[in-house]
Amino acid sequence: MTPAPPLPRWADIFVLPLINLMVALAVCGLIVLALGENPIVAIQVMIKGAFIYPGSLGYTLYYTTNFIFTGLAVAVAAQAMMFNIGGEGQAYIGGLGAGLVALWLAPMAPLVLVIPVAVMAAALFGAVWGLIPGYLQAYRGSHIVITTIMFNFIASAIMVWLLAGALMQPGQQSPHTAQFVVSGQMPKLHDMLNALSFNVAASPLNLSFLLALAALLGFWILIWKTRIGYEIRAVGQNPKAAHYAGINVPLVIVFALGVSGACAGLMATNEILGVQHRVVLNFTSGYGFAGIAIALMGRNHPIGIFFASLLFGALYQGGAELDFEFQSITREIVLLIQGMIVLFSGALAYMFSAPLARLLARLPVRSKPAEGEA
Amino acid sequence: MQTDKINPAPAIELIDICKSFGPVQANRGVTLRVEAGTIHGIVGENGAGKSTLMNILYGLYQADSGEMHVAGEQVSLRSSADAISLGIGMVHQHFMLVSNMTVLENVMLGSEGGSLLRAGKCETLNTLQQLADDYGMEVDPDAVIADLPVGIRQRVEIIKAIKGGARILILDEPTGVLTPGEADKLFEVLKALKHNGVTVLLITHKLDEIMAITDAVSVMRHGEVVGHRHTVQTSPAELARLMVGRDVLLSVDRGQASPGEVLLGVTGLACTSSRGRQVLSDISFDVRAGEIFGIAGVSGNGQTELLEVIAGMRKFEQGSVSLLGETITASAPKTPAQIRDMRIAHIPEDRHQFGLILSFDAKGNAILGYHRSADYGSGYFLDEAAVAAHCNKLMSDHDVRPGNPALLARNFSGGNQQKLVIARETDTDPKILIVGQPTRGVDVGAIEFIHKQLLALRDAGCAILLVSAELDEIIGLSDRIMVMNGGRQMGILDSADAGRDRLGTMMAGIAQAVPS
Repeated sequence: MTPAPPLPRWADIFVLPLINLMVALAVCGLIVLALGENPIVAIQVMIKGAFIYPGSLGYTLYYTTNFIFTGLAVAVAAQAMMFNIGGEGQAYIGGLGAGLVALWLAPMAPLVLVIPVAVMAAALFGAVWGLIPGYLQAYRGSHIVITTIMFNFIASAIMVWLLAGALMQPGQQSPHTAQFVVSGQMPKLHDMLNALSFNVAASPLNLSFLLALAALLGFWILIWKTRIGYEIRAVGQNPKAAHYAGINVPLVIVFALGVSGACAGLMATNEILGVQHRVVLNFTSGYGFAGIAIALMGRNHPIGIFFASLLFGALYQGGAELDFEFQSITREIVLLIQGMIVLFSGALAYMFSAPLARLLARLPVRSKPAEGEA
Repeated sequence: MQTDKINPAPAIELIDICKSFGPVQANRGVTLRVEAGTIHGIVGENGAGKSTLMNILYGLYQADSGEMHVAGEQVSLRSSADAISLGIGMVHQHFMLVSNMTVLENVMLGSEGGSLLRAGKCETLNTLQQLADDYGMEVDPDAVIADLPVGIRQRVEIIKAIKGGARILILDEPTGVLTPGEADKLFEVLKALKHNGVTVLLITHKLDEIMAITDAVSVMRHGEVVGHRHTVQTSPAELARLMVGRDVLLSVDRGQASPGEVLLGVTGLACTSSRGRQVLSDISFDVRAGEIFGIAGVSGNGQTELLEVIAGMRKFEQGSVSLLGETITASAPKTPAQIRDMRIAHIPEDRHQFGLILSFDAKGNAILGYHRSADYGSGYFLDEAAVAAHCNKLMSDHDVRPGNPALLARNFSGGNQQKLVIARETDTDPKILIVGQPTRGVDVGAIEFIHKQLLALRDAGCAILLVSAELDEIIGLSDRIMVMNGGRQMGILDSADAGRDRLGTMMAGIAQAVPS
């Protein structure tokens, strides 16, 4: 096998994800065709459902917010070459932190106090759930992939135990907490915009979206502008050289996992403080795992993560519309379509890398003899 | 024309080969003719395009333009499989062996001969015996690669290539990892191969090897072949001049040292590896300000571990290290960061694994280890402008080419990578400098530059601990020399008393010199 020439960075960041997306959509189109529907109409419905119908953009961005946080949870650790599969559990435990603050502090304090404290609690709880596997990896050699998976199960078990026990709403039979009072609810963006006399349709989109954008910016600054970010990248790219350079490699790994966990934990601000207004069972519903595909597709870069999250958000929202509009396209088919995108953009992200690189490498060669003759 | 009549078809003929990587022209119109059944040397500085040319010849890269003839026929290689089928074999600088398999298993890899191994094993055993008889390449077929010394591993690589029917053998820097003795054995094997009609292409930096073993030599500079010579008609000085484009001092001109107080002391040091092997035992020596203390020894006899202990990178069990008057023991260790803060610099033996982060750009590497310094930012933030300015200064002061701070470290040639590491470590005006293999894989021009820098630092009062596998380098630079074997010190000599032979026998662990 001839090794492929290296792929130019611009092609890796822009062209390759686009090709993956197109292939995924083409395969989905075939599935829709096999179901007897018109794929062109279907994609029109999806786009309208995700961006154009009143309130649909808000829904799309609400989903996007979740994906940004869980994508960052994978991306920060990935900079230190740590594979954090524990976003699901870290977000879940983050929800516990946000919920505890909202339940106990909200009845006696104003919103401007409760929300920041609850946000910090979400980040802190998530961080702890990332720090422990980070510690076990860095100082005890337990593989991060194994421990973060196990910590997802532990988180799930703890939350079931709490939500069906100590935290369950009194006089209720379903496993969730009591609803937060208003000062424990993250303000909705449409309420705020309408108060400023814009006319915006209602949607679950809340202030957490701005927090997610800030987190993306923070991620960029942390990794590429700070000394600790330099250390994280050094540990990720060459741990031996990092050790030689006097970097405390285990500590940096623990730190990166902590930041990862905090990002995952912040997902709870959107879902718990922003929308559910109570801690419910399984509110993470797979966003944590989708974060792996987001980070992979977004190449661990904030701009990439934003667009990957937007794509996934649009798929979630547009997919729901698809289910609504077509008799033959059921919820399961929508899940299948989403799965295809994850498959091609995430799991098979580099499938077209080598052919694309060969194609690009061949282009300038063709012009060479012409130059020589001239 | 006479040789043409004897060997009408040269083994390899390259005509006007060009190859570019983006804006970099690695090969510019290279024309090369290698007669069959000769040993042909290719010398050139790092980044001169030797490796690119060999990779084209081995089918790993495709030339942008130009013709290639093998045994008189024009060929176009799309992959290494094409090269192998044409009888071209390559022994890479970094071996391609499965280290937890035996020699036999490695050699039969790819020719197992069916779903059961028995038949293939017998056949391979016969081949191994045959090669041992023909070329003196004896190896124990049942030895596990990981347990074998480097020289024998390399022999297994050669056997793999020859067994595949190679008539043309390319060796990329084959002696870089060998002891002088092992290198001599390699040369015997190469000569035996030559007598059996195998054509050998030898890429090397070492001019004495070219002179000792090759029949003809081609010199490359900046992607071009700048000269072909019959070895008997040339001299190392001429080759060096061709390589660098100017006159080069091949031996260092060393002034008298004026040693001062002891800055670095090691007493009764002992250390075991993570696998529990004793890698250092009872090491004691002092290094004074203004002297170069050399450590000679075959690679892997504890020198690496000794440097790592002193740099704070490795834990040790017994003894103590005294740095600028501060004592470090197993119970009171210091981290690499603390040691670097004491203005103790460390040029590691392996720049790819330790000295550099190859996927970082030059400016990212220029502050590696010093990234916490107030010079390169304030508080938690790095000041990119200051970092770039620092990198520019290092690159111009130490002649690192190309002088582009944004270029990834992996895209520099080996010599320039090493210059960048040395620039970074010496720029702080260190009081103690720990150096491992300062010129490994570095071209002649850069070697001269690096040696001058080390001597200038010595004369400025720095205590330098130098580890090198190059005996000539140790002898040429050091004021005193300690020889190590099996993790023990065989003795300390003044460099005036240390001849090659005496050091060689001590390196082999035979003679125990009286410590001076």
